[in-house]
Amino acid sequence: MNIHEYQAKELFRRFGIAVEKGGVARTPEEAVARYDEITAAHGQNAQVVIKAQIHAGGRGKAGGVKFAKTRDETAAVTREMIGKTLVTHQTGPQGRVVRSVLVTSVMKVQRELYFAVLLDRTASRPAVIASTEGGMDIEQVAAKTPEKIVKEIIDPALGMMPFQARKLCRALGLSGDLATAGAKLMLNVYRLFWECDCSLVEINPMAVAADPDGKVSVSPLDAKFNFDDNALFRHPDIAAMRDPNEEDPRDVEASKHGLNYIGLDGNIGCMVNGAGLAMATMDIIKYYGGSPANFLDVGGGASVEQVTAAFQLLCSDHNVKALLVNIFGGIMKCDILAAGIIAAAKAVHIPVPLVVRLEGTNVELGKKMLQESGLPIITATGMADAAEKVVKAAGGNGVKEME
Amino acid sequence: MSILVDQNTRVIFQGITGSAGKFHATHCHKYAGNVVGGVTPGRAGEVDLDGVKLPVFDTCAEAVKQTGANASCIFVPAAFAADAILEAADAGIALIVCITEGIPVNDMVKVKRALAGRDDTRLIGPNCPGVITPGQCKIGIMPGYIHKPGRVGVISRSGTLTYEAVWQLTTRGVGQSTCIGIGGDPVNGTSHLEAVKLFNDDPATDAIVLIGEIGGSAEEEAAAWIGEYCRKPVVAYIAGMTAPPGRRMGHAGAVISGGKGTAAAKIEALRAAGIAVAETPAVIGETLISLLKKRQRTRPRKASAPRAKQGKISKKPAQKKPAKRK
Repeated sequence: MNIHEYQAKELFRRFGIAVEKGGVARTPEEAVARYDEITAAHGQNAQVVIKAQIHAGGRGKAGGVKFAKTRDETAAVTREMIGKTLVTHQTGPQGRVVRSVLVTSVMKVQRELYFAVLLDRTASRPAVIASTEGGMDIEQVAAKTPEKIVKEIIDPALGMMPFQARKLCRALGLSGDLATAGAKLMLNVYRLFWECDCSLVEINPMAVAADPDGKVSVSPLDAKFNFDDNALFRHPDIAAMRDPNEEDPRDVEASKHGLNYIGLDGNIGCMVNGAGLAMATMDIIKYYGGSPANFLDVGGGASVEQVTAAFQLLCSDHNVKALLVNIFGGIMKCDILAAGIIAAAKAVHIPVPLVVRLEGTNVELGKKMLQESGLPIITATGMADAAEKVVKAAGGNGVKEME
Repeated sequence: MSILVDQNTRVIFQGITGSAGKFHATHCHKYAGNVVGGVTPGRAGEVDLDGVKLPVFDTCAEAVKQTGANASCIFVPAAFAADAILEAADAGIALIVCITEGIPVNDMVKVKRALAGRDDTRLIGPNCPGVITPGQCKIGIMPGYIHKPGRVGVISRSGTLTYEAVWQLTTRGVGQSTCIGIGGDPVNGTSHLEAVKLFNDDPATDAIVLIGEIGGSAEEEAAAWIGEYCRKPVVAYIAGMTAPPGRRMGHAGAVISGGKGTAAAKIEALRAAGIAVAETPAVIGETLISLLKKRQRTRPRKASAPRAKQGKISKKPAQKKPAKRK
């Protein structure tokens, strides 16, 4: 799960991490109230920055970040921004509707650094990463100048130790009061990462910057958060930050039915039990020259309701030209699954060819039921046969793709 | 022979009174009769597994004392699973198989930290189908009948994809020594590499099937070791060639992040180590069979000698390199 920038800054404040003055606004009036708070703290000449709140980067270039010097300007910019569809390189061509803005004081940036906390899977422990190359794409820094990235593995029983923060600050060239401020920031961000069950906190840039009063410190100018969905049950306050407006409506619909769905841009809809088999099914479709429209794991014990919801979801994607159901019935028997498929296929009008591949317990009975159902189901034996048939049904030639 | 579990394994189920725990304890017991009891805090007494009455204890320690259990299968809800794993370890249980899905990552980080350096206990999973030695012991949710006793070891991060591979082997007459589902989470107990080492040392295993997927670098770590030290032929398959970066593909651990953990990188590492990589999930069984045939042809005599002592089945690069090309 992701959160908005204003929510991230609220979390920072909760963990004693200093951020710019200001806050979220959903109307021009609220934006002016934020402006008044900022000028009350920093004087009437303080400038404010107004940032569109969407879950995507690249807002600046798309007109989602603007400055204002007066109450009227603040209201005007906010009025213009809210309700507008912002298209950035991360939103896709359909863009995202701006529903709120963040109004803050303006920091004068002197240096841009990078700091992140994430899980190191090889160590099975959290790791903190810092770099002097702030504001850049860290993947590119890692590829081109790996020596500019420093890393510390954290012992979860101890938490991040102050000496580790000091080591990183030294590597970043921070000294004196800035080193103290930088270390304090890092330790607090680690604590936030651990206590809120984050899977990633990335501060880019972490800036050496002056506030409007000229006080120089180290601040998190922009931050990206990811939370461990499996741990949200113990953080109701964070779970409440979820913004369904920022999520693919198909994903929202799928999660309502306990389905694991990820929309892609191909034309063959897939329904599979088990995540590994679902990925393998997408791969074999590609291998036979087709293109999967989605990843969909209906789980080990898919019910008729779930299969019906899954068919509805797949058929709502207008790119889909054919469907493939690939089920390995283990404890869940194929005849039960076939009954579910038949019931669901009767309940949902399926406008495209449907290929079904069943394997496992009671497979013969399941296949017989599909054949006798009177539904125009194409049955397949084995994954290769299924992939070939569905690719042909979708209009491809089903010939292995050569690279 | 086999690894991890055999006919002498004595299994308790933690969470045996829950619906999933009871259902699968019943199936495991029917398969080979190794279930000796269960644990559900506050529910000590008895459980009826389809006519077989087994004792239920409040704690693992009590269960071990009364039943002599040396393995545990965990079915407790995700929020309590980390505690259950550590309780089993504390009770001295040698093999802990955690089926539970959806355990918070930080809980598993703590569990790994707590188990670090302990060689008297091994964790398999979480979020896995379990472990089976065909005909001898089944601990988990896999359908027993698709397996067949034999000499191929199977390691996998997923459930149904493993069944698919196992079924391809069984229907072609190739049996399995042991099949291990190591689980689909980013932090798990036993890694691909540790499982490969166990099979490499197992005299009853002749070949290894390694099934991986996108995310992390466990397959690459296993590949590097196999290339240097593994004495047995290995066939691999990696799922997720078409997975988009940044999205979790069902399993919490199946995600390409920061350009790392792609299927292409894993396949490249596996091939570089001389491992035969199946091009599609439909040919995992065939790839293994043709590799075994090829090795039999190129091995001069005593083709069936399975008791491979170190260096006896030497690795000749020429016969190891898969001729397959995309």
